[in-house]
Order: sequence, then structure tokens, then C-alpha cells
Amino acid sequence: MVYLTRKAEFAASHYYHNPEFTAEENRRIFGKCNNPNGHGHNYTLEVTVKGEVDTRSGFVVDLKQLKEVLNREVLDAMDHRFLNKEVPEFFTRIPTTENLAISIWQRLAPKLTTAHLHRVRVYETPDLFVDFYGEA
Amino acid sequence: MKAHLTRRYMFSASHRLHSDAMSEEENKATYGKCNNPYGHGHNYALEITVSGPVDESTGMVCNLTDLDSFVEHEILDRFHLQNLNTVPEFGQAVPTTENLSAFIYDILQRGFTHAHLEKVRIEETMMNSFEYAGGNEVRR
Ligand SMILES: [Zn+2]
Repeated sequence: MVYLTRKAEFAASHYYHNPEFTAEENRRIFGKCNNPNGHGHNYTLEVTVKGEVDTRSGFVVDLKQLKEVLNREVLDAMDHRFLNKEVPEFFTRIPTTENLAISIWQRLAPKLTTAHLHRVRVYETPDLFVDFYGEA
Repeated sequence: MKAHLTRRYMFSASHRLHSDAMSEEENKATYGKCNNPYGHGHNYALEITVSGPVDESTGMVCNLTDLDSFVEHEILDRFHLQNLNTVPEFGQAVPTTENLSAFIYDILQRGFTHAHLEKVRIEETMMNSFEYAGGNEVRR
């Protein structure tokens, strides 16, 4: 089994707010991130796939296909977007780094045909990242 | 759904690697430059990984403000800008980064209740790093 990681970057804005919480609870739980005008990050995304090395091509995955899927399913949808207002799953789900990693997994997993998704890692800043392995 | 969250912190501290259980020669041979009696320092980068189900109402594994304030009070206050050889918790243990990783792991394991602790990773320099994920082996 060989693991291959592809990196990508995107910039997006977001804010954290749960309509079921009171205004006071939202402020207490989410702090500055509750500002409805949003704020932004340069996210770094690392997508790791795993598989056996194809004896004919020497590849674990066709990088061109991986890059295309990544661009279409994730970057086109999220780069330079306000996540809460432009990315449908975040109309109802809070766009935390945890949920971003889960959402990116859910966008990629069904589209990757030649390799298995192993891990999605999302850096919100160099000091904070989330790993999602598709665990229930 | 279960996710892993990793947060990175910086602290600076000095230490001298020296074991009372060894002769002077042995100490020099084992620890080399790090045995210099006056000690030396590092900028340590500490990475803490916790895991757990992502709470549906907050979208979080745990609230970062809880993790940050725990780490600040229980770890950074204890080690940042200190001489590790004088930190009481080390007792007679040699303040290697291996031991430091295990200490920090234990502090988190005992006191941080908001998420499951997965591992502690410390970069002593850009060239070397240490990971500790618990275990029952004898450490001291
Ligand atoms: Zn943010």
C-alpha cells in the first residue's frame, strides 16, 4: 500500500452561528468567530489517497484525475467564497474546520474512482488543523 | 462523525541533559554538547492532537478556547521561559524532549476532559521531533 498526498490552497470567509442558540450563547461559544460579517482564512488542504502501485503506470492514482476532481468538487466551490452563504452544506452546518474536513471528504470520496481516500487534512492556520479519516 | 484536531503552540526553555546515575565521562559520552553545565535553550513547538465526535450544535470536536486556556495554564505557564532542570515536575528525570513529551501527555491526560487525547508531538528543532501517544511501558 502506498499513500500519496496532494496539497491545495484556497481562501474563504466564514462565521460561526447556531440559530438555535441565543445571541448571548452564540457569543460565548463562538467568541469573535460569531461576527456575522465573517472573517477569512487561507486554508491549506492535504488530500491523501492510498492504493497499490499500478504495475503498468507506476502510479497509485492518476494525479491528473485527482487534481481535476479536487478543482471541480472543492476549489471551484469554496475558493474565494463566503462559506456560510455560497456553499450549500454550510447553509445549515457550521463551517468549522472540522466540518470543512468532513464536507471535503464527502465531496471527494464518491468521485475518486482509481484510488481510496485515506485522509483529508485542513489547515485553517499553520497552528490549527483537522484530520478526517471518514470515521462515523 | 469523528475528527482529529491538532493545535500547535510555541514555548522556549533551557535545559541541561545530565544524569546523576552516570559518571562524568558517561554523561559527556551520552549527552555531548547537551551536557554543558550551563545549559542551553530551544524554541519548542508543541502539537497536541485530540479527537472526538464533531458536536452537531457547534461543529467542533472541542472548543478551542477550552484547549487554549488549559494549555496556557497547565503547560505553557509551567515551561515557557523556564529552565526545565528546575521545574519541580521533572524531579530527577533528565529533561530530554522524550521525557517532556510524556510529561505533557500526562498533564493533558489527567486534566483535559473536553476531548480524547490522541498524542503529543514536540519539535525541539526543525530537524528533530518526538511523539508520545501514551502506553504502559516504564518511562523513568
Ligand atoms: Zn475563522
